[in-house]
Amino acid sequence: MYLYPLWVRLWHLINALMFLILIVTGLSLQYSSVEYTIIPFNYAVSIHNITGIILAVGYVLYLFANRFTSNGQYYQFPIKGMAGRVWKQARYYAYGIFKNEDAPFPVAIGRKFNPLQKISYVFVMYFFMPIIIITGIGLFFPDLLPDKIFGMLGLHLIDLLHIFMGFILSVFMVVHIYFCTIGSTPLSNFKSMINGWH
Amino acid sequence: MKQLIIFNLIFTISILTFGQDYITEVVEHSEENSKCFYCHGSPTYSYYNDVLERKVTKRMNPYFLVDSNLYYDQNHKSFDCIDCHAYEFREFPHDNTLQMEPMPTCLDCHEGDEAMAHYNFESINDEFHESVHSTKHSDEFTCWMCHNPHSYKINARNNKNVKETIIYDNNICLSCHADINKYQLISPKVNPNVIDMHDWLPNQLEHFAHVRCIECHTHTSDNVMVAHHIQTKDKAVKKCVECHSSSSTLMASLYKFQAQENRRKYGFFNAAILSDTYLIGANRNLYLNILSGVIFGTILLIILIHALLRILLK
Repeated sequence: MYLYPLWVRLWHLINALMFLILIVTGLSLQYSSVEYTIIPFNYAVSIHNITGIILAVGYVLYLFANRFTSNGQYYQFPIKGMAGRVWKQARYYAYGIFKNEDAPFPVAIGRKFNPLQKISYVFVMYFFMPIIIITGIGLFFPDLLPDKIFGMLGLHLIDLLHIFMGFILSVFMVVHIYFCTIGSTPLSNFKSMINGWH
Repeated sequence: MKQLIIFNLIFTISILTFGQDYITEVVEHSEENSKCFYCHGSPTYSYYNDVLERKVTKRMNPYFLVDSNLYYDQNHKSFDCIDCHAYEFREFPHDNTLQMEPMPTCLDCHEGDEAMAHYNFESINDEFHESVHSTKHSDEFTCWMCHNPHSYKINARNNKNVKETIIYDNNICLSCHADINKYQLISPKVNPNVIDMHDWLPNQLEHFAHVRCIECHTHTSDNVMVAHHIQTKDKAVKKCVECHSSSSTLMASLYKFQAQENRRKYGFFNAAILSDTYLIGANRNLYLNILSGVIFGTILLIILIHALLRILLK
């Protein structure tokens, strides 16, 4: 079945690339050192800024696209019974998969994501991403930040929040890539994101 | 009656709280100095002209004006003017040749000064003589070029507000480097534009507001709190990581005083910097580093075990 339209695949590809570059440059800035350098500090700042802007613009386009195309429906779910569905999926990943049980929520035209994917993607795309983008904008224009927030240096608090979100999203990315190997073959999901067919 | 009591209470608290600002400190020699300030604290002065046989009023040279408020708030506020200037200045009108009097330098008073030993004036003097200010300019470049004797007040040790210290100290540099008239007192060159010269510096305004010029333009040593060894521009700090790293050089310069008191508070590297600003790369946190490493490592381990089980139990 044809599940991933071209714009989704393009956005996903750009998003993934920017994400990887942002993680590497972000780590380079956070752990900058005189003795060893992953990427020279000034280059890391410039690359991080440019990729961050591309990611943010891509995110805004993604929001618009989700609002005006059918792709947005995949991120909607009824709250009622959600905990039970998430548990069922989690149990499958933690136990059923090793017993060769069938996936409780197999991919279908009307169901691109299983409940665990849905809830994690909603948190990532509608909660963590806005925070990391807004704090990133704050760090891009540090003179606009308030001196103090809750008695703490504004710049420090915003940067801590940015780094914390970066850490969560980095963990998500690793887990996301691993879960993508859980398909009919370990590479089938990756192929789907290239040709659009599941 | 009740309103009167409330009024009295507010008035008393106000006096106790704010009244201290109005207590005037009696400074030694202020009476003698007031005679000097009578003219040197005013835009005009008058004297009896023997040739014209009448009193004349002239405008005071603005470079000879001294702000008494600043004078009585500075390091040498207890000085009599003639402690540094010739005694003959007591006579008015002054003899014109007095203008050529040699001025003392810091070491003339402070060399071997045990009461001021912690300032290490001898090392400051050595650093100054190694600096471009001394090696590239004539003997006219003295301590007073930067440290206005009538207003200079030490900041780095006394002022807990680092931002105020930054502004104060940078204004000393800019008093020449942003003022062609003063700059050309010691150099015939055209004063380079500070903004243009730092075009390469990202977030220029942020850097100018949060570090002093000397952070990048001096060679620091352990002996002196505020480095005086100004180096040539080719030796200025240009590598970002010299400040933006856990071994930030700012701890040996701008935050030297605070750094002696606390280096790692709540696990933050270079915690003293956090009293004023936050520096990417320099203020990472030891505990958060360990925690994030443990969480990330645990997740990778779970993924590895999960993948292995998937392969083995297939």
